[in-house]
Amino acid sequence: MIVITEEQFSAMSAHGQRDYPYECCGLMLGRFDHGRKQVLEIYPISNAREEEAKRNRFLIRPEELMRGEKYARDKGRDVVGFYHSHPDDVAVPSQYDLEHAWPTYSYIVMAVDKGRAADLRSWEMTSDRSKFNEEEITIV
Amino acid sequence: MPVTITIPTPLRQFTAGESEIQVDAQTAGEALNKLTAAHSELRRHLFNDQNALRNFVNIYVNDEDIRHVNGPDTPVKDGDTILIVPSIAGGSAVMDAPTNDLLPILSNEEVARYSRHLIMPEVGMTGQRKLKAASVLMIGTGGLGAPLGMYLAAAGVGRLGLVDFDVVDASNLQRQIIHGTKDVGRPKIESARERIQDINPHVKIETHETKLTSENALRLFVNYDVIVDGTDNFPTRYLVNDACVLTGKPNVYGSIFRFEGQASVFWAERGPCYRCLYPEPPPPGLVPSCAEGGVLGVLPGIIGAIQANETIKIILGAPDIMVNRLLLFDAWRMRFRELKLHKDPDCPVCGVTPTVKELIDYEEFCGLTQQPETKPTMEEITATELKQRLDQGDDLQIIDVREPHEFEIGRIPNSQLIPLGQVLNRQNEIDPNRETVVHCKMGGRSARAIEALQRAGFTGRLMNLKGGILAWSNEVDPSVPKY
Repeated sequence: MIVITEEQFSAMSAHGQRDYPYECCGLMLGRFDHGRKQVLEIYPISNAREEEAKRNRFLIRPEELMRGEKYARDKGRDVVGFYHSHPDDVAVPSQYDLEHAWPTYSYIVMAVDKGRAADLRSWEMTSDRSKFNEEEITIV
Repeated sequence: MPVTITIPTPLRQFTAGESEIQVDAQTAGEALNKLTAAHSELRRHLFNDQNALRNFVNIYVNDEDIRHVNGPDTPVKDGDTILIVPSIAGGSAVMDAPTNDLLPILSNEEVARYSRHLIMPEVGMTGQRKLKAASVLMIGTGGLGAPLGMYLAAAGVGRLGLVDFDVVDASNLQRQIIHGTKDVGRPKIESARERIQDINPHVKIETHETKLTSENALRLFVNYDVIVDGTDNFPTRYLVNDACVLTGKPNVYGSIFRFEGQASVFWAERGPCYRCLYPEPPPPGLVPSCAEGGVLGVLPGIIGAIQANETIKIILGAPDIMVNRLLLFDAWRMRFRELKLHKDPDCPVCGVTPTVKELIDYEEFCGLTQQPETKPTMEEITATELKQRLDQGDDLQIIDVREPHEFEIGRIPNSQLIPLGQVLNRQNEIDPNRETVVHCKMGGRSARAIEALQRAGFTGRLMNLKGGILAWSNEVDPSVPKY
C-alpha cells in the first residue's frame, strides 16, 4: 500500500497536465514502513528524453536520481517510488515500463486525457520481473 | 583487494537488507559478478539475458561512470566504492506499436544490401528500418562531409540533406574524397550528390546550394533528425550550434586543423552545447584556417568517420553516445584523448536562463565584421599593379611573410622571406626609405604583419598585396603553382 496526501495527488496531476502532451516524471520521497510506503514529498524531475520521444517516454538520469536521493537522505527520507504520466493512454504500465522497472519501488502511472488528468494508479513490479501488481493507494 | 559495493534501496531485499557488500576484485565487472554470484536474485535486475548490464543500470566507481572509463574492465583497487545507480525510465505503450509499424519496410534488395547490419542484434531489422526512416542534414560537403556523406549513404540513412555553395577546387582533392579530378570547377553539391547516389540509390538526397545563414538555418534544421557540422569556420560553427539548441536537434561536431582533430556530440537536452565548451570565439585571425595552416589529408577522413559513427548511433538509439565527452585526436603522434565536458548552467543558449533566444549575426559575434573598418586604412596593391610597377622599374622591396616551406612551393621574383612570427624582430631588414609590398598566400597574414609593423612604429610605406601569391599566380604568372 502507498499512502499519499490529497495535496501530493493534486501536485502530481497538475504536473501531468502542465507537461501534456509530453510525459512528466518525478520522485516520491518518504518512508518504507513495514511494506507500506508513506509519501512525504513529491520531487518533480525534468524529463530528460529527447523532444520527439517525450510524448511516450520519460527518463530520469542517474545523476538526477542521485541528487534526489541525497536530498531525501539529508531530510531523513528515502526514495519510495516514481510517478509518470501517460498522455492519452491508460494508467497501466507498459511493457517498456516493465523492462525498465526496479523492484520494491512504487510506480504511479497517471493517464492524462487530452490535457486533463484522469485515472491515477500505483504499481509494484514482482521480484522475478514478470509483471506489475497493482498497489492500493490510500489518500489521506 | 576488498572494494565496497553500495546496494540501492530497492535491491536490498536480495542482500538480506545489507546496504554495503564487500568483495575482492580487480575490475568493476569482476566485482559485480562476485556480488551476483553470492546474491543470485540480484542478477536479473542488473544484467539482461545476454549477460550485459541493463541499459538503465549505471555503475559508478568512486563517482565516475564506468562507461566513461573502461566499462566493466574499469580497474578497482583496495578501498574503492562501487555505486549502483538506476536511471529510471518508462513510458506509455500508446505510440510504440504504431511507431514500429510506421517505420518503412525494407525491400529484398535492401535486405541483401544491409545484411552485415541486419545480423547484428544492435542494429537488426528494426535498427535498419530506423536508419531508413531517419534524416540527416550535413553542413558542408568538404573534408569532413566527404566520408560522412559516403558512410551515411552506405549505411542506409533514408534522407540526406546537403548544404554547400562552394565549387570543387584542385586543392580539395587531397582530402575531399567525395569529389574527383573530373569534378574540379563543378559545384561540390553536384559532385557529392552523384557520388552518394552511386553508393546507394535508395537514399533520398536533398541539395541546398546556399550558404547557411541565420535567416535559413532554423527552417532547414526542423526538417531533419540529426545535424552534422562539417564546417571550417567559427561563425558557421556557432550558428549550427545555436540553431541546434533552438530546434532541439543533436549536433554531431567535428573539426580539424593540421594534424589535430576534435569530435563530440552537442545535444543540449542531454548535455553541453558547443558554447558550454567555447563560450567565446577566438579573436579573428588567431586560429588560422586549414587553407592557411594546412591539414593532413587523411585527418578529416578519420574525424568525419567518427561523426558518421555517432550519427548512426543516435539514430539507432544506442547507449554511450559521445555526449558530455570531447574526443581529441593527434594524427602525428597517433594519440586519442578524451575530455569530460559539463553543461554550463550559465550558458547563454542552453543554460538555465538563456539570453540567446533567436539566431544572431555570427560574423559580428566572431568579430569578423569589424575588419572592413580597419582595412581602408591599409594601403593595398593588386598583383597586376605590382607587375606594372616592377616592369616600369620602380624600386619596390617585396617581403614574403609566409613560412619557409610555402616559400619553397613558389615565390614572387626578388622577394625576401620574413615569416610573420619574425617580422617584428627582423624589421631592421626592411628599409623604411623604400616602398614595401608585403604578401602571403591570400592576404590575411600580410595584413597582420603590416598592422604589427605600424603598431611597432615602422615609418616606411607598406602596401598589402591583395589576394596574396594566389592572385599573383592568377593575374600575372600562372607558372607559380597554387596551393
